[in-house]
Amino acid sequence: MNKIFLVVNREYLSRVKKRSFLLTTFLVPLLFIGMYIGVFYLTKESFENSHAIVHVVDNSASISKSLTNNKNLTFTISSNELQNELDSLKDKTKNTNLLIIPEDFLQSRRVELLSSGKPNINTQSEIKSQLKEIIRTYEYSRMGLNIDSVKSVDDKVNISSKEISDTGDSKESHTEVAMGIAMSLSVLVYLSLFLYGAQVMRGIIEEKTSRVVEIIISSVKPFQLMMGKILGIGLVGLTQFLLWIILTAALTSLATALIFNVSGTTPEEISALTGANSQLSNDNPAFDIISVFNSINITELLVCFFIFFIGGYFLYSGLFAAVGSAVDSETEATQFTMPITMPLLLTYVLSFGVLINDPHGTIATWLSFIPFTSPIAMLVRVPFGVPTWQIIVSALLLFGGFLITTWVAARIYKVGILIYGKKASIKEIIKWFRYKQ
Amino acid sequence: MLKIHNINKQYSTHRALDDVSLTIHKGSIYGLLGPNGAGKTTLIRIINQINAPDSGEIIFDGEKLQPKHIERIGYLPEERGLYKKMKIGEQMLYLAQLKGIKKAEASRRIKEWFEKLEIQSWWDKKVEDLSKGMQQKVQFVATVIHKPDLIILDEPFSGFDPVNAQIIQNEILELNKQGATIIYSTHRMESVETLCDEIALINRSKKILEGSVENIKESYRNQTYKISYSETEGTEFPLEELALFEIIEHINRDNQTEATIKINNDKTLNDILLQLIPKVKINEVLEIIPSMHDIFIEKVTRSKNQYTIK
Repeated sequence: MNKIFLVVNREYLSRVKKRSFLLTTFLVPLLFIGMYIGVFYLTKESFENSHAIVHVVDNSASISKSLTNNKNLTFTISSNELQNELDSLKDKTKNTNLLIIPEDFLQSRRVELLSSGKPNINTQSEIKSQLKEIIRTYEYSRMGLNIDSVKSVDDKVNISSKEISDTGDSKESHTEVAMGIAMSLSVLVYLSLFLYGAQVMRGIIEEKTSRVVEIIISSVKPFQLMMGKILGIGLVGLTQFLLWIILTAALTSLATALIFNVSGTTPEEISALTGANSQLSNDNPAFDIISVFNSINITELLVCFFIFFIGGYFLYSGLFAAVGSAVDSETEATQFTMPITMPLLLTYVLSFGVLINDPHGTIATWLSFIPFTSPIAMLVRVPFGVPTWQIIVSALLLFGGFLITTWVAARIYKVGILIYGKKASIKEIIKWFRYKQ
Repeated sequence: MLKIHNINKQYSTHRALDDVSLTIHKGSIYGLLGPNGAGKTTLIRIINQINAPDSGEIIFDGEKLQPKHIERIGYLPEERGLYKKMKIGEQMLYLAQLKGIKKAEASRRIKEWFEKLEIQSWWDKKVEDLSKGMQQKVQFVATVIHKPDLIILDEPFSGFDPVNAQIIQNEILELNKQGATIIYSTHRMESVETLCDEIALINRSKKILEGSVENIKESYRNQTYKISYSETEGTEFPLEELALFEIIEHINRDNQTEATIKINNDKTLNDILLQLIPKVKINEVLEIIPSMHDIFIEKVTRSKNQYTIK
């Protein structure tokens, strides 16, 4: 036991002390923040640039009067000849448009929009909806309806969706949020299982090619060396996750503060803004952030994440270790890692379609019980609410699967690490597995 | 120190060890010889408990070999290496701690050894910055840092220049003098004669020879002598006429003759000299004892021939 600790210690420290570890640990959150800031500025930019000027050549003479200016659009009625307008359009700055309304618009319902650059989608839909309104008004009055009373009809419907939990309580559910969390968990687990599993494999190949392995296993049992490596790298993974979470949280709040300062928004304005928002959120519960977070059980999610990430990591890293012991180089390893990671890849791909759309269906339920697929499948399901007994059974199965793969891997590993320069085939590996120990 | 009884080890298609028994006495330097692929490494790995035998028994210092004995064994494998990116000092500490030595004690001993071998400045160097020979030196220290009672060295001199090989050889002898039993596996027969007290020769997974170097050489004495003599003026001495021996080599140089002869089984050196003394002036008589190298080659090729005849 003491020796495993020594191995874990070395594996952990030698990796954490590496420059590349520090680099990825600090760069990844920075990357996230960079994206966050980037998105913010791009959105702001696009809002500022979306204002469009529309010159209207109105052949019907009446339609253009009903067009109204707003913050995105400024209409100017043009009295110039069409050809002159077209010529001048070429020199104009972007977002200048020419709207040509034909004489028989109310019948043909067809207009032409000419733009100096690529026509802006927002501008188009804005114009479209205004024109629709004009047609509607025209048609209503033609049918003899009172336009004001038609407009006063309030057809707004709010669906407040709630799910009934085991205890019979109802709570608000937010499917979109659950989907978002499920998808990010799926990506996170998939990538990290690969990342750290491959690190285990690489570490073993390194020990094998540098021939240090025979010296080590004259002091520790091969199983201790393998488990020490797996545990050490697992701890590196957990450390990295923890640092990422902390750094991202810290940097995000920092960035938020900075952005508000840079854009010159005073605290009063912010509160005014948020006040407006809360006004809005009263109308539209989907935007009530507090209720969103209440609907997802963060503690359950975190606990499940760590259980299934750790379980999945142990399950797969054992297999990666077996592969590492069987080959002499990483390029050789590809033929073996492919079949091993197939279930993972399959679940990953399925998670975006089948699992998220039908998180309690037959496929999703089965996949969340099979140890090879459950680390991803179960985590995808958890945000949608999974009965606790299912989580426990799945976790136990995962643990059992981990014991079996580790046992198999250790038998292969024991033989494999001492065989140099021989190309291993599947047949050969099965033979190793059968060796009397 | 180590008694190996009837060890068998079968790999799926070939037998690595076939009923091998050895006795290694406490305080001896034991040569484990044999051509490539004979089964030496398998045997060494079994002693180190890296592999287990299919059948047979190993007694280590009066007890059945068990995992706790690992800390009393030091092993320098033929296929050796170190973590390339790790600093020498850290690496040595790690290896010593794996052998059950406390960190402080390990650090003290490593420094002692580094001083002895004049490599103190290497502590913070990375392995990849050292030459092959330098790495070997570090590795040797790692093998003996926990003061093992049994030291197993598999080709310890490969990669050393003659000067460093001598330094290491002296260290091995010193450790032996302090009481360590040493198993020395090699192909280098010259070093066997200077180092080993006893040897075993393994070929094709079987032990084909075991005993003290002296006794083995003794048993391979075959009455071969080199006699140099000068002929007395005028009389030419026809060596061939004496039917007492067979002439292997006969060289005339100026008035000195060197003859290598193998005396017939029923005769002794005295009989020959009796014949020679009246006729020639004998300058030197030297018994030709086969070297371990010759014995090795003879044994191995003979057993190969036997094998093919079967």
